[in-house]
Amino acid sequence: MKTTKFLEIGSGKGYYGLLIMLGVFILAGLSSFFFMEHNGHWVTGMDNQIVWGAPHVFAIFLIVAASGALNVASIGTVFNKQIYQPLGRLSALLAVALLIGGLTVLVLDLGRPDRLIIAMTHYNFKSIFAWNIILYNGFIALVGVYIWTMLDPNPAVKRFYKVAGFTAFVWRLILTTGTGSIFGWLLARQAYDAAILAPMFIVMSFSFGLAVFMLVMMATYNLTDRPLGDAVVRRLKNLLGVFIAGVLYFVMVYHLTNLYATKLHGVEAFILRDGGIFTQVFWIGQIIIGSLLPLGLLFCRLTRHSRFWIAVASALVIFGGFAQLYVLLIGGQAYPLVLFPGYEVSSGFADGVINSYSPSLPELVLGFSGIAVAIAMTVVGMRVLRFTPVSLADEVVDPHHSK
Amino acid sequence: MSNQQQPDLARREFIGRGTALAATGVVLAPGVVLYGVAQAKPADEAVSSKNRWGMLVDTSKCSSDCNDCVTACNKEQGLGNETHSREGQRTQYIRKVELHHKATEVTHSLPVMCQHCWSPPCVDVCPTGASFKRADGIVLVDRHICIGCRFCMMACPYKARSFVHETLTDQKPHNPRGKGCVEACNLCVHRVDEGREPACVEACAANGSNAIIFGDLNDPNSDIAQRVKKYASSEIRADLGLNTGVRYQGI
Repeated sequence: MKTTKFLEIGSGKGYYGLLIMLGVFILAGLSSFFFMEHNGHWVTGMDNQIVWGAPHVFAIFLIVAASGALNVASIGTVFNKQIYQPLGRLSALLAVALLIGGLTVLVLDLGRPDRLIIAMTHYNFKSIFAWNIILYNGFIALVGVYIWTMLDPNPAVKRFYKVAGFTAFVWRLILTTGTGSIFGWLLARQAYDAAILAPMFIVMSFSFGLAVFMLVMMATYNLTDRPLGDAVVRRLKNLLGVFIAGVLYFVMVYHLTNLYATKLHGVEAFILRDGGIFTQVFWIGQIIIGSLLPLGLLFCRLTRHSRFWIAVASALVIFGGFAQLYVLLIGGQAYPLVLFPGYEVSSGFADGVINSYSPSLPELVLGFSGIAVAIAMTVVGMRVLRFTPVSLADEVVDPHHSK
Repeated sequence: MSNQQQPDLARREFIGRGTALAATGVVLAPGVVLYGVAQAKPADEAVSSKNRWGMLVDTSKCSSDCNDCVTACNKEQGLGNETHSREGQRTQYIRKVELHHKATEVTHSLPVMCQHCWSPPCVDVCPTGASFKRADGIVLVDRHICIGCRFCMMACPYKARSFVHETLTDQKPHNPRGKGCVEACNLCVHRVDEGREPACVEACAANGSNAIIFGDLNDPNSDIAQRVKKYASSEIRADLGLNTGVRYQGI
């Protein structure tokens, strides 16, 4: 195995073209934010029943994927797998970029985004949200240091590479536990209130984060004409398969546990059978298109060696991730709160009825702009600093490569 | 509360004494008001856990065709002035819920509002501490530090909270409502601090139903404390163990 050489990506027409396109998305997102902020949330599809909508689906996807994107670096640093080490810098950059993209959406959807400083100065330490603010900021700082130890050849800095990598790894596990607990600790809602959501979010982050990483890596090496060997791709796609299966396992345990509890039969019947759009998104979007199909593509003899189909599988995992969060977030709120078990209820405030939600354009544009922020940060990062190896060819990265 | 926490004490003292002076004048007027004001604490005295304000709803006295508590609340708090918000986006502090038991066919009609939990989930989850509980058990939102994240709305088991979806005008001075903040029934705290009853309770008594009574659960001599001691009452979602200030009789 040779020493890995890193270099900034070039700045051709493609680079500026991509940045302009992303810039348009970001500007559109900013316009949406000003529109929503100026008018108030009545211009959105959200209301007092569905209080978190499409922006939260985007934000939470990006935040979950962020911690997962760091996994590639962690496997190299913490578990000492040499083939992953050249990918560490890009993995860490992508993690920070995705997190900032997600937080941008989350913050710009607040009722009072102008009071962000209050969220940084007034802490209620019993709130998992408050802890998450600390966890997100800490993650950005820690991964920043981790990146520094990877980029700086100075031995005085390199000394801290292992410690920084290990700390970032532990921190990211706590962070995703915190994100899952936002829902897991909502004791009053039938669809949430489950400790399993925290570890489920961790496995989701492994899967979504790796899928995003693979797409970004393959796109970067394709567009910059740098060699990308099969060894790396094969390793990552096998790992992705394991993670997809892991998510499926957690989803199954979650639903089986709920199905065992009679009091939760209502919400389970809603998600799994009677929920209309939510049932369809669950079975077709999350399970079939988002999990089983990519699993098939990654391991079927006809497609498993094809870069194209591996990229398609990664994209489907991302699609499935959005579907999963849509069902969990929106579906979980659409099912009415049960205040009076055993009773049929009605009121002038939507008691006992399935709540409906259709996202408005500004919400969706704001969500997509978060993705644009993440991609733009990654692309600019790769342009200005040496994040990407010149070559990921088998003979460069694979310690077991035989000529 | 220390002086450092109340930098505007002098101003408050002035207002307090002014109010007390005005109240004395009212005391000399009709007897009903005399009773109400007699319970009021001086305006410069901090609230304390000596009191635990609560309500008891007797569902057998609440009729499904009566909406007076809701109307009175809307009027008192200046609600219903949204011009753009859709049906599901408009604020409600109190709503009437109709119940029909699927097995026994029994029906009930009852008001549901913020239950003023002793262990409120909305306060637990609020990242900035904007959702808070006063020492006397009234759960409120500090509109100065609410960032509008709506986590409290996700956490509330009673769907008692609303989000202000637009700029509102023509507001009540005692209940400022800012766009982008969360709000809920505040137990008519402005009235309670003056020794008066919440508007919904007053309206329910005025039409002769007397389905809602209000008082100090910590005062053994109060009507509410004696009633909850004598008759079985329950909390909505008692399984959560929140120790609500609002209790129900008959369900």
